[in-house]
Amino acid sequence: MPKSHSETLIEIRHLSKSFGNHEVLKDIHFHVDRGEVVCIIGSSGSGKSTLLRCLNLLERPDGGEIIYEGKNILDAKMNVTAYRAKLGMVFQQFNLFNNLNVLDNCVVGQVQVLKRPKNQAVQTAEKYLSTVGMNQFMQARPSQLSGGQKQRVAIARGLSMEPDALLFDEPTSALDPEMVGEVLKIMKQLAESGLTMLVVTHEMQFAREVADRVVFMDDGIILEEGTPQEIFNQPKHERTRNFLKRMLNQE
Amino acid sequence: MESMSFFDWVLKLINEYWPMFLRGAENTLFIALIGTVIGFAIGILLGVIRTIPVDPSDNWLKKGILKLANILINVYVEVFRGTPMMVQAMVIYYGSPMVVGIKLNNIAAGVFIVSINTGAYMAEIVRGGIISIDKGQFEAAHAIGMSHWQTMRCIILPQVVRNILPATGNEFVINIKDTSVLAVISVSELFFQTKSVAGNNFKYFEAFTIACVMYLIMTFTVTRILRVMERKLDGPQNYDMMQSHTPDVKEVKNRA
Repeated sequence: MPKSHSETLIEIRHLSKSFGNHEVLKDIHFHVDRGEVVCIIGSSGSGKSTLLRCLNLLERPDGGEIIYEGKNILDAKMNVTAYRAKLGMVFQQFNLFNNLNVLDNCVVGQVQVLKRPKNQAVQTAEKYLSTVGMNQFMQARPSQLSGGQKQRVAIARGLSMEPDALLFDEPTSALDPEMVGEVLKIMKQLAESGLTMLVVTHEMQFAREVADRVVFMDDGIILEEGTPQEIFNQPKHERTRNFLKRMLNQE
Repeated sequence: MESMSFFDWVLKLINEYWPMFLRGAENTLFIALIGTVIGFAIGILLGVIRTIPVDPSDNWLKKGILKLANILINVYVEVFRGTPMMVQAMVIYYGSPMVVGIKLNNIAAGVFIVSINTGAYMAEIVRGGIISIDKGQFEAAHAIGMSHWQTMRCIILPQVVRNILPATGNEFVINIKDTSVLAVISVSELFFQTKSVAGNNFKYFEAFTIACVMYLIMTFTVTRILRVMERKLDGPQNYDMMQSHTPDVKEVKNRA
């Protein structure tokens, strides 16, 4: 059931990025609409994680523009930290703050960056921790949690900032197979709730079911994009077909 | 006078001179403690300055200042790590009236020397501590919009402090022992006091045996206290489960 997206949240123009003389992203054009769920697929080294990391400037792009609210974020004068606070990020390796317990992981950004009063931040954190079913573990430290639990807390940490969009960088790739399901379930709920999501993933089933749009990246370019229907059932390019065949055979 | 045994002398020295020994131990602990604390602060400060990331897009003024700061810090670290503290003590104590016109009192000079000496070592320890923190911790903090300083203060330094606590304890223990070199500038710490007692009675073995035991008690106690602190900082081993209901999928959906 396609949702209607009118408003563009982020637009990327002519984005390029190299590591040394290896060109990882080549003249990328890309946009995300408000409320849209976009899955980025592609083989390892195709540049999908780099694209995501360029989007919130964890990697500095070499050229191009990232337009957000009508302004180019890559202008030297732009306030990068304020922009980043608008985009949540969920990492493959969870990256929970090791010195803080579950609750404080979700509170620290609200208090430090958004300048919310502590009690309001705690309330917000509790709300989103219960969204991911981790509210019972508020006092636990990251080292006491399983991988799936950690990733759910990481999602709650991102949600607690009430961002415009949440970026997922292979959120289930570091999980034991039995824990993948619990994280995907939460992500599916979030997608249904209308959250804007940009997901780099190897979970083809998830992309097929949840995405509004699927983007196939290959060797630093966006080779093909479209609805899950189009990408999974009628891929136009040989390389897309080969990739999907490999991935679906594994599943 | 009948001949006294080793233990008789030890007891006699303790009996007669315990205030001097105690005074010496007090000064030793005082200088070592304050020196370690100030050195720790210097180390944190310099370690943080040295790990400020430089972005190619930063302006030349920031780059220039950072470069200069790094050179100065390097010189400081190399000079104070590369020369004996005993020599530093002589240079600073006898040099300060001539160069800056300040005659330091002995204890103040001692604290000053131990502090900057410890600072030089701690700067390297802190830098190592910061480097060893997983890059993901920085990235996660940056990704929620925290500035470099917020990231350092709230996320990185608490972990660094925990991780370098054993090394800091090591510095403290070293400082307790190394304050003895301050005897060359007549700081009345334990070694200096013991030397006086020994010289007055020509009983070097006996007097320094007492000092030996006192040093050992101090270092051992400090090690134990630091171990307890480490465990405190690690937090409780268990956590309480919070008793509240978990909303189901429907609720989440409606709320959003």
